[in-house]
Order: sequence, then C-alpha cells, then structure tokens
Amino acid sequence: MVTLDELLHGLKETGFATAIREDGAWFPWLESIHVLGVTILIGSIGLLELRLIGLTSLNRPVSRVLKDVLPITWGAFAVSIISGFLLFASNAPTYAANAFFLSKAVLLVAAGLNAFGFHTFVERSIAKWDSAARTPLPARLSGVFSLLMWVGIVVCGRWVGFTLVPTP
Amino acid sequence: MTHPAWLDRFCEWLKVTPFSVALQSASWAVPLVQTIHIFAIGAVIASGLMIALRTLGWVAPDQTLARANLRLLRVIWWALPVLLFSGILMISAEPARSLENPAFLLKMGLLLLSIVVNLAYQAPLKRDPDFWELSRSRRRLGQLIAFLSLALWVGVIVSGRWIAYVEAG
Repeated sequence: MVTLDELLHGLKETGFATAIREDGAWFPWLESIHVLGVTILIGSIGLLELRLIGLTSLNRPVSRVLKDVLPITWGAFAVSIISGFLLFASNAPTYAANAFFLSKAVLLVAAGLNAFGFHTFVERSIAKWDSAARTPLPARLSGVFSLLMWVGIVVCGRWVGFTLVPTP
Repeated sequence: MTHPAWLDRFCEWLKVTPFSVALQSASWAVPLVQTIHIFAIGAVIASGLMIALRTLGWVAPDQTLARANLRLLRVIWWALPVLLFSGILMISAEPARSLENPAFLLKMGLLLLSIVVNLAYQAPLKRDPDFWELSRSRRRLGQLIAFLSLALWVGVIVSGRWIAYVEAG
C-alpha cells in the first residue's frame, strides 16, 4: 500500500517536477502562466457573478452573459489547474503540508460545488428570470458565495507564496 | 544596471517614511495589497479579452460593438484606479525592489504602450461610435488593435510576476 507521503515524494522526484524545481526559469514562467490563467478566471467569473447579484450588465439576459463568459472561464480554469499542478508537483510534500495551500484546495472544492449547484438547481428556472435585473435569492446567494470563495482562493494562493520557500 | 542618483535618493527617502515603515511592519499588508491588485487586473484582462473577442463576433454578438465596448470599458475604468492605488502601496512598501527593477521598468513600458494603443482606439469613437465598423479594413484594424492591447496587458501581467524573480539594482 502506497502512502500519501510516498506518493507526494514520488511526484516530487519525477523528471518534470525535478526540472521545474531545479531549472531556474521554469518556475517563474509557470507562475506567470498560472497568474495569467487565474486573473482571466476570476475576472470572467466576476463578470458573471456581478450580473447575478445585480450590479453589472443588467440590460442583458443572464443566459447571454453565461454564454459569453463560460468558455473563457473554462479555458482559464484549465490553464490554471495544469500550471498549478506543475507548480505543486515541484515541491509536493511541502505544499501538501502548507495550511494556506490546503485551505485553497478546500475553498476551490466549495466553489466547484457551488457552481455545480447553480447549474443543476438554480439555472433550471432561468427562463423565468433571465432578463430580470433582480434575480431570485438563490441566484444572488450563489453569486455572493462564489465571489467570497474566489477571494479566499486568491488570498490563500498569495499567502502560500509568502509562507513557503521553495527548497531546491 | 545603474540608476540615476535621484532615484536612489528617492527610494532611500521613501523607505523610511512612516507610511512605508507601517506597510513593511505588517506582514499581511503586502500580500493583501497584492491580492487586491490581482483582482483589479483580473477585471481588466477579462474585460480586455471580451472586447477583443467581440471584435471577432465571438462574444456578445447580440450587442453592437460600441455598446459591448462601453459596457466592458466601464468595468476597466472601475479597476484602473484600484490598480494604480494598490500599485503605489506596493511601491511604497518596497521602493527599490520595484522602482529599480528591470522587470518593473518593462512592465511600466508595456503599460504606457497599452495606454497609447487604447487611446488611439478610443479617440475616433468619440466622433463616431461605429468608426471601427464602417469598412472592412477598419474592422480588421480594430481587431488588430484590440488584440495588440490584450497582448500588451498579458505582457504587463507576466513582467509584473517577474519583479519577484529579477534582481533589483
């Protein structure tokens, strides 16, 4: 039986993880891509949630905003997750022991569940309030919750960089 | 890289002002300001991307180009003062690390270029909101400018990240 600790150390010793850790340019370039992905991700999610909450794009149907934003959100999410995984792999055991990294992962799951809940339950009745400036309470709550989770995710992500010094 | 003496003196002066000292002494201040900076740049880059994709008709085809631009530019105008203010706070906390950093200078250069490009795009819209749609060649030029602006913002973000890695001085 392989323990989690062995798995994390194994990940750290893989060829690509070692390259990212030891070659000076890999890490900052991956971080740049990660930041780029994250900014586009939170920016596009923000445009959607602000419409749900009732602060922007009020003259446009919610479904239209969703349609505009979601491909961008998913693309940026893929870039963020892949670059984030590569950064994580370079020092897996250290990240896995970092409280901010773990909090970030938990908040990410919460944001994912919220998005799932929105699409499966709240969005079902969208035809009734699509063009309304004031969306139903569950939609507004989902928007506020999502924004809070993403603020938490970025805060934790930034704090990871300040509490964890990558070891060569 | 050598710096003009006045810049060295300015950094030395700024570093010991009570404002800067206060920012340095609270360990949470810099990451908090960085988080705010990241959110503001998220608003700018996502809106910039939407504007660029709108010129291709991939986003908001139900709205005219002028209307979609206006809606997204409003988001950018909200974010820019936040970016400027949080940026000034970060400079105040670590003057030499930023002002005397080649990556920071590159970032400011790209930012300046982006401002010029955006002004060139906006200026004719004042006279005619449909200026960039009146002919095929104008539409092409409008697309080119929108994507150039987006590329410059990408450059601003990437060079911003590299401030942490490029040696200041």
